[in-house]
Amino acid sequence: MSGFLAQYHDEILTLTIEHLWLTGSAMLFAIAIGVPAGIWLTRYTQWAKPVLGFVNIVQTIPSLAMFGFLLPLPWLGESAARIAIVALTGYALLPIIRNTYAGIRGVDPTVTGVARALGMTGMQRLFKVELPLAAGVILAGLRTATVTCVGIATIAAAVGAGGLGEFIFRGVASVDNRLVLAGAIPAALLALGADALLGLVEHWLRVPGAAKL
Amino acid sequence: MAAIEFRDVSVKTAEGRVLLDRVSLSLEEGTTTAVLGRSGSGKTTLLRLVNRMLDPTSGTVFIRGKECEQHNVIALRRGIGYVIQETGLFPHFTVTRNVGLVPELSGKHLLKEKIHELLDQVGLDAEKFAQRYPHQLSGGQRQRVGLARALAAGPSILLMDEPFGALDPLTRAEMQDMLRDLLGRLKKTVLLVTHDLDEALYLASRIVLLEEGRVVTDVAAEDFLRSDIPAAKAYAEAFRRGQTDHDQEQGE
Repeated sequence: MSGFLAQYHDEILTLTIEHLWLTGSAMLFAIAIGVPAGIWLTRYTQWAKPVLGFVNIVQTIPSLAMFGFLLPLPWLGESAARIAIVALTGYALLPIIRNTYAGIRGVDPTVTGVARALGMTGMQRLFKVELPLAAGVILAGLRTATVTCVGIATIAAAVGAGGLGEFIFRGVASVDNRLVLAGAIPAALLALGADALLGLVEHWLRVPGAAKL
Repeated sequence: MAAIEFRDVSVKTAEGRVLLDRVSLSLEEGTTTAVLGRSGSGKTTLLRLVNRMLDPTSGTVFIRGKECEQHNVIALRRGIGYVIQETGLFPHFTVTRNVGLVPELSGKHLLKEKIHELLDQVGLDAEKFAQRYPHQLSGGQRQRVGLARALAAGPSILLMDEPFGALDPLTRAEMQDMLRDLLGRLKKTVLLVTHDLDEALYLASRIVLLEEGRVVTDVAAEDFLRSDIPAAKAYAEAFRRGQTDHDQEQGE
């Protein structure tokens, strides 16, 4: 085993960084799109059902098929990493949009009503009241999205995007469980680590006593 | 010039239900007016017209002689104190931040001394409570913070919607004493929505009774119990009966 680790140490590190890069980029895009989209839906609730329905459908597309669909597209198809990031962004959107929407809609209407009555502008209400009070729910969505992304990113190796999936595919092809584990274990650790980190942020942002009032 | 004037104001819902029906009222500067009425009589609707949480379907509301709709809605709301039964304190802000919030919205940060002075005014020990969160306070303490917040920007108008409705009788009586003393000193124009006749008689100089969106009685507080108006007599009688039943239950 130590021989195996010595042999693949550098590659595990490189592919882990690649995996992190794919997942991190996708999460940044998904947050940049998903959080504003979720906020927008709370202002135009008539769009909530169709938009959430659409991202729900995206979520149900098998990941391998999704990579396949994106492959022939111009510009996108030229780079495997681009395909992977777009696909992962698509998968991460649902929990982020849904939780942002549900989190803000779940803020006590008495509190938002008072925020209006005291003379808060729409932006002040959003940043001083709604987002802080919805932060726990939004972060729970980010945690789900991150764990999903880390898992699905292993499939990105199928289109040559790299990441820890490389090991898994190679291991499956050569029936070598050590290679499969060399991809699966770091991927699982990444997912757990990201989840724990976001859990800490969630704890840090938790509103004192919000549930008790 | 009246501080608040409702001129022939009606409010209807989108479904056509009438919430207020041609209400005309004029509230003089520095007076406290209590609006009484059963649930659904339009009391809260009337109050919400003043800070434009609602706009009338017809008629006009004037604030210090100027049509309500001509006021900048944000500036208008920041200039009007607002207290409700559920307090609406922001659970993620400390007492200090809650109290200083309205000035903060306009970019002014109240000094610690000013916050402490406001808390003292409403009978809260600032040293003890300033850094607490709302969930660490009792119902009465929360209402005191809500009142301090409403007073923080120095508004000349105070809207109070059943402010003590959720409190136990003893705390309510303490709060009423504190408010009476405070209003006697501060000379605000207060619109107090309540269904508690005793509270109205104790705090207000004038009582308006609403029934199904219409003003059925509008008299000086001291004349309410002597009023011959059937609606006022019926309300007073029903309230007394409710009080007697309640007292008997307490006695048992």
